Amino acid sequence: MPKVTIDGHEIEVSQGTTIMQATKQLAIEVPYYCWHPGLSVAGNCRMCLVDVEGPPKPQIACYTQVTEGMVVHTQSEKAKKARKGTLEFLLSNHPLDCPVCDQAGECDLQNFYMDHGQYDSRFDEQKHKKKKAQPVGENVMLDQERCVLCSRCVRFCDEITGTGELGIVNRGSHEEITVFPGKEVNNAYSGNVVDICPVGALTDRDFRFKCRVWYLSSQDSVCPGCSQGCNIRIDSNLSRPQHGEGERVMRLKPRENLNVNDYWMCDEGRYNYNFIDRNRIQTASRVKEGVVEEILFEDAVDSLASVLGDAVREQRHGRIGVLVSTQLTNEDLFFVKKFFKTNLGMDAVESRFSFPEGSSDDFLIKADKSPNTAGAQALEVIASGTYQSGEDLIDKTIAGEFDVLISFGVDIDGLLGKEKLDAILEKVTLLAYVGSNHNETSKKAQLVIPSTVYAEKDGTFTNVHGRVQRIWPAFPPLGQARPEWQIICDLSEKTGFSVSADDAESIFSEITQTVSSFQGLSYEKLGKEGSLLSTVKETVEK
Amino acid sequence: MTEKLITKYLELTDANKIDVFESKDGYSRIQKVLKELKPEEVVDEVKKSNLRGLGGAGFSTGMKWSFIPKDGKKPVYLVCNCDEAEPGTFKDRHIVTSTPHLLLEGMMIAAFAVNAHKAYIFIRGEYERPYERLAKAVEEAYAKGYLGKNIFGSGYDLDIVVHQGAGAYICGEESALLEALEGKKGWPRLKPPFPAVVGLFGCPTVINNVETLSYLPLVMQGGADWFSKLAGEEKSGGTRLFCVSGHVNKPGIYELPVDTTLRSLIYDHAGGIRGGKQLKAVVPGGISAPILSAEEIDVKMDFDSLRAAGTMAGSGGVMVMDEDTNMVEALMVASRFFAHESCGQCSPCREGSAWLYKIVKRINEGEGRVEDLDSMLSIAGNISGTTICALGDAAAMPVTSYIKKFRSDFEDYISDCHLPVETQS
Repeated sequence: MPKVTIDGHEIEVSQGTTIMQATKQLAIEVPYYCWHPGLSVAGNCRMCLVDVEGPPKPQIACYTQVTEGMVVHTQSEKAKKARKGTLEFLLSNHPLDCPVCDQAGECDLQNFYMDHGQYDSRFDEQKHKKKKAQPVGENVMLDQERCVLCSRCVRFCDEITGTGELGIVNRGSHEEITVFPGKEVNNAYSGNVVDICPVGALTDRDFRFKCRVWYLSSQDSVCPGCSQGCNIRIDSNLSRPQHGEGERVMRLKPRENLNVNDYWMCDEGRYNYNFIDRNRIQTASRVKEGVVEEILFEDAVDSLASVLGDAVREQRHGRIGVLVSTQLTNEDLFFVKKFFKTNLGMDAVESRFSFPEGSSDDFLIKADKSPNTAGAQALEVIASGTYQSGEDLIDKTIAGEFDVLISFGVDIDGLLGKEKLDAILEKVTLLAYVGSNHNETSKKAQLVIPSTVYAEKDGTFTNVHGRVQRIWPAFPPLGQARPEWQIICDLSEKTGFSVSADDAESIFSEITQTVSSFQGLSYEKLGKEGSLLSTVKETVEK
Repeated sequence: MTEKLITKYLELTDANKIDVFESKDGYSRIQKVLKELKPEEVVDEVKKSNLRGLGGAGFSTGMKWSFIPKDGKKPVYLVCNCDEAEPGTFKDRHIVTSTPHLLLEGMMIAAFAVNAHKAYIFIRGEYERPYERLAKAVEEAYAKGYLGKNIFGSGYDLDIVVHQGAGAYICGEESALLEALEGKKGWPRLKPPFPAVVGLFGCPTVINNVETLSYLPLVMQGGADWFSKLAGEEKSGGTRLFCVSGHVNKPGIYELPVDTTLRSLIYDHAGGIRGGKQLKAVVPGGISAPILSAEEIDVKMDFDSLRAAGTMAGSGGVMVMDEDTNMVEALMVASRFFAHESCGQCSPCREGSAWLYKIVKRINEGEGRVEDLDSMLSIAGNISGTTICALGDAAAMPVTSYIKKFRSDFEDYISDCHLPVETQS
């Protein structure tokens, strides 16, 4: 265990630790372009040069391993001169087109110039012209002039996806990043090359010119696109609605979680955000004499509550079926179950569907495209009653077993087709839909109650490996939408039952007290990275 | 007159043919080594001879071999660096063309010493004819059973593969050479580990220059003691090949003891400056070496003396410039070379070498400003010591030395260019 002193701070680190890793442990900032914790060390940008006592030359922090008694200075004249010199080189052929560059505001050339440069330009020669704005894949745009040739994108495609689309061609200052002939950067994780590009060389074709990054607000979250639960950041624009045609979410970015997704996310998840702002159910509605009419949220809840109340009073609650989507949070699922099963005494609450499985790989993409199937299992909202599955419950509905069917986010038409939906509608007296987005089911349901999307609520998802992870509201719900657990609270109040909570956290606390696999967890304990269910062994994840 | 070692073979007619080579002790040294010595005894002998790396670094050859791990867990490779690309250097080409078997015999000795059974010769792509000669020599050696299984009936196996490079200066840098040999882009590796530990295909590897390897048969023949005493500076080995080019009466390759002075090399051996002109400057060890002024040529040509004089022995490429030389143009040519040959992997060399060239080109075109000179010194200073390999320093050193030693030439050139045309000198 060698001891190293960096800027006067001594730290003991494990054998093989680099100066860079030691500075991270000490929260000392050393600038870099080519180094990335998820990729091999390239050592080519030379921005992390630090002054190590002993050798005459400055050493790169990213590659140099700490040795016993090493003394490192990151702020000596030698270190500062080396960084400043390197930055000047990197900017010498850079086009300085920041005003029209999408990276502006989150560019490490800009950032490090302010921190380590601050010189007057001495470069008085003709800059090299290289190609600008070249699409290199469906999602990625390349500007060769802005590139600092750090090779992160090349290493990503070589080491993480193994697809090897990118390479560096030519020599010296004519060197440039390019795609190999006949190839395009269209691997399932292509958007990550944009994230790891420290400058404006690779930009996201989806995000380009939509919004200046300094107008963005960020909220940590978890991708709801599949059961992996990759940690993400929701970047939204709330202050300049004119820049995004009124839409709030501008982009999703991966967030580091070494237990789940390292530093990456797939394109399927990354570009799956339009539903947050588009095609939303914003008001409650009902079908009256064949015509859809908007109604007050309270009237919709009243209407459903009275159907439920009547059924319970008349002992007809066995003729009510409830379908629950695994897109719902643990908190939502728990309250749905508590209200319908425990309080109303219903048996027919089911969230398991043998969904048509989506694409998957052996990295992050899972075939189960919902974020909380494991949560539904742990909370026993799956196969909890006499019904084998959601499909089974639907078939029984068509067979005439139920008079009322309530769907929490399950699009029957989308899952099983129009015929099934129409058959249901012929049998039941009421199909109620509680959900966030319009679909064929919501359009035909006699009663519709708007609910929130994941980006608008507090709660937790349990991923495929049993890791319980927090989500946070990035912005308020659209229109009248409310979280499902609140809708349950409202229904409960109207029907005279006592399912109530002030917030999602108190529901989670109730879960931890009543469901053994959640025992010992709390929002505080989950933190940013989540925790495993107590029934899951740690070795399962990796 | 001094002893002719390699030169004896260079001057021999048809020495590229195996029979001619063998008639002059060819392949007798390797047979003696295989019969009489253990590998470690060869290493010791070469250490004692003070034979140094004649590619340019001047590191002790025997010492370099001794860094190969002895555990034998991985195969050891021997690689011959025949990428000779340092401007002003043309000795390896001559050896490979005129006496390729001398190199092969040297490689056999080196391979035996480090227990390698496979050796590669990386020859620069531009060397077409030398390659043909070399390939033919390898073929002859195989035909006679001197390469392959059980060479010379000794029980020792050795294969040699000749690999043509694609024409990049950087591939003379040993780790870039290994990358290229592995089929990758010729980019220098981060060090450590050094090739002796992690080299070709991740295995321990010795990389020696053509000339270094070619001296081995002669060192083993004459003995370490004899070789090291050929020059007065014992620590620097005996003799080496100097490539003299430029404004001398007799440019060419001169094999001389390393304690020969630069003055003697130019005036006694290379016939002095042509046309009776005065010497202005001389680059003593390939274009990367800092330039010396006419007053600085009483220096001995061994590695240590030249280093003490602020320059380097390098590849032995001595470039002589007479009084009519335009130093601005000379520097421009050097800088153009480095800008063209920078591999581009790391930022300071990639951007800095190109920047330096652009400035000196502008000066040469008459658009210079006096402040450009300090900028160039500063830029060169920012390159040196910050790069992955030595090419960065190599690009910086000419700039620094030319401007420091011939600053008035640069200043006069810049101011002359701004005079009205009729008064320009």
